[in-house]
Amino acid sequence: MAAFVLPFEKPVVDLVERVRELRVLSETDATLAPELARLEQETSRLARELFSDLTPIQKVQLSRHANRPYTLDYVKRLCTDFVELHGDRRFSDDPAIVGGLATYHGHSVVVVGHQKGRGTKENMKRNFGMPNPEGYRKAIRLYELADRFGLPILTFIDTPGAYPGIGAEERGQSEAIGAALAAMARVKVPIIASIVGEGGSGGALALGVANRVLVLEFGCYSVISPEGCAAILWKDGSRADEAAAALKVTAFDLLRLGIVEAVIDEPAGGAHQDYDEAARQLDAVLWPTLSALLALSPDALVDDRYDRFRRLGAFRS
Amino acid sequence: MAWPEKQVPTTDASEKVSFGAGVFRRCDGCGETLAATELAAAFEVCPLCGQHHRLDADGWRKLLLDDGALDAWDTTLEPLDPLEFSDGKSYRDRVAIAQKKTKAREAIDIGGAALGGRPIAFGAFVFSFMGGSMGSVVGEKIARLFERAAAGGLPVVLLQASGGARMQEGILSLMQMAKAVAALERFRAKRLPFVSVLLHPTTGGVAASFAFLGDVNVAEPKALIGFAGARVIESTIRQTLPPGFQRAEFLIDHGMVDMIVPRTEMKATIGTVLDHLMRRQAPGSAPTA
Repeated sequence: MAAFVLPFEKPVVDLVERVRELRVLSETDATLAPELARLEQETSRLARELFSDLTPIQKVQLSRHANRPYTLDYVKRLCTDFVELHGDRRFSDDPAIVGGLATYHGHSVVVVGHQKGRGTKENMKRNFGMPNPEGYRKAIRLYELADRFGLPILTFIDTPGAYPGIGAEERGQSEAIGAALAAMARVKVPIIASIVGEGGSGGALALGVANRVLVLEFGCYSVISPEGCAAILWKDGSRADEAAAALKVTAFDLLRLGIVEAVIDEPAGGAHQDYDEAARQLDAVLWPTLSALLALSPDALVDDRYDRFRRLGAFRS
Repeated sequence: MAWPEKQVPTTDASEKVSFGAGVFRRCDGCGETLAATELAAAFEVCPLCGQHHRLDADGWRKLLLDDGALDAWDTTLEPLDPLEFSDGKSYRDRVAIAQKKTKAREAIDIGGAALGGRPIAFGAFVFSFMGGSMGSVVGEKIARLFERAAAGGLPVVLLQASGGARMQEGILSLMQMAKAVAALERFRAKRLPFVSVLLHPTTGGVAASFAFLGDVNVAEPKALIGFAGARVIESTIRQTLPPGFQRAEFLIDHGMVDMIVPRTEMKATIGTVLDHLMRRQAPGSAPTA
């Protein structure tokens, strides 16, 4: 895939590249193994150090990174027997949301996720991961399918937001999102949402009313994009860096605010540097989280989800 | 238009609007000059062209509720500042200013009331309070509205006028959409009616949560109702939007609301809907012949 490098990640990317080269060489030359191990450790230490003082807007940029793994990249690595299901049975099939049946650690599950495209052509098809109402209606159909057959639901959140277009309004974008929230609140199976990239507002939340919400280290979640917020507050979208800081959108902000249960470490340099490792790290938290939920009764799962969201808010009485 | 023959004072001398622009107002629809008192007495509907001007929460109570009376619930809830948000002015200051300006504590009132003799749980957004935006307090009060209505066996009538989620509470305001809809979902399980009334404007996170989940969705004439703001859409698709886009009439054309109801008929219409939905057939009452 075409390498896309953000200015601030350049030093880390160079290191990761060296490790990759050395790894290839060490396959034929065993004497390189100690050097490889040393460099791997060093890279991971440096990457942590360099990325430890990224600004919020830089983390937002990482969450949108063009090389970042998307839903289907994770599904491929986490699951087997994936059968993609299409269409909302009402209007069309929205490629900005993918979903289907899969096996995860021996359990059949329903997966639903936003799907961005790789390159211009696929991005046009997938509308840059911005769903239309039919995407949310497909998601609702899959939530209800999961409910009927008692299958846990795994969602993957990665969208700039629901698509703001004329057709989307004509076909009821608002109703579709609202109905998706209601369907998620209602189903009697475990739901775990993983924010793997961008969590853009209501368009993300329509996959986010879960019993547990996980976020990758450089995932973000916000009520409005930093650019949109800056445009409203200061009539100046270029002040997105200030807005990103003010909105508290980073993974650790989300953890502190109680919006997510866990932050998943990413490989050195970010998930886009090593898809396999990113998936392994997600799996290491996702599976125990699902195992624990599988012990709950259907009604307890609904109550658990209700109580989780019922608590969220900051007010005094 | 005809000038009113005589100004009938409807307020105390202490609060009357006595000078300049306060006495007369120009209709936003037909542009005619009207006596302010005449417009107010008609619940802000122009007697000449039927234009609906904004009616404040107080006006709506008087229009819909018996004796204009609301037994208000949870009146003391106030927002905190979880993000310590500042856009040059702090969120705390913005809330204080809004409270002073509107004499409301937050952007929604909820409570028990009667509508034409029918007991209901009632909620109304206060648009003048930070654009009716939904933060933690609004989300909490909507959740409580549905919870109490479910517990008390009451139908819910909720008037919405909101720009959407409250940016200054960040991601916590987004979570209010999920919280409120989850509470609505429990309420629905009790088979009690939710009449969702969409006023001007109903957009963003309020539109995209409970607004369209009414058993019956009612809109006011010409109300702006939609998910995305017009400017956002225009800048995304690089086209000018057609006239009437996202207005109530556009929504009924696209099947998103059940009806557009003028303010003068709102109380009677909601009453009839509630009667139908609350008139449950007793088991075994079906005719046997």
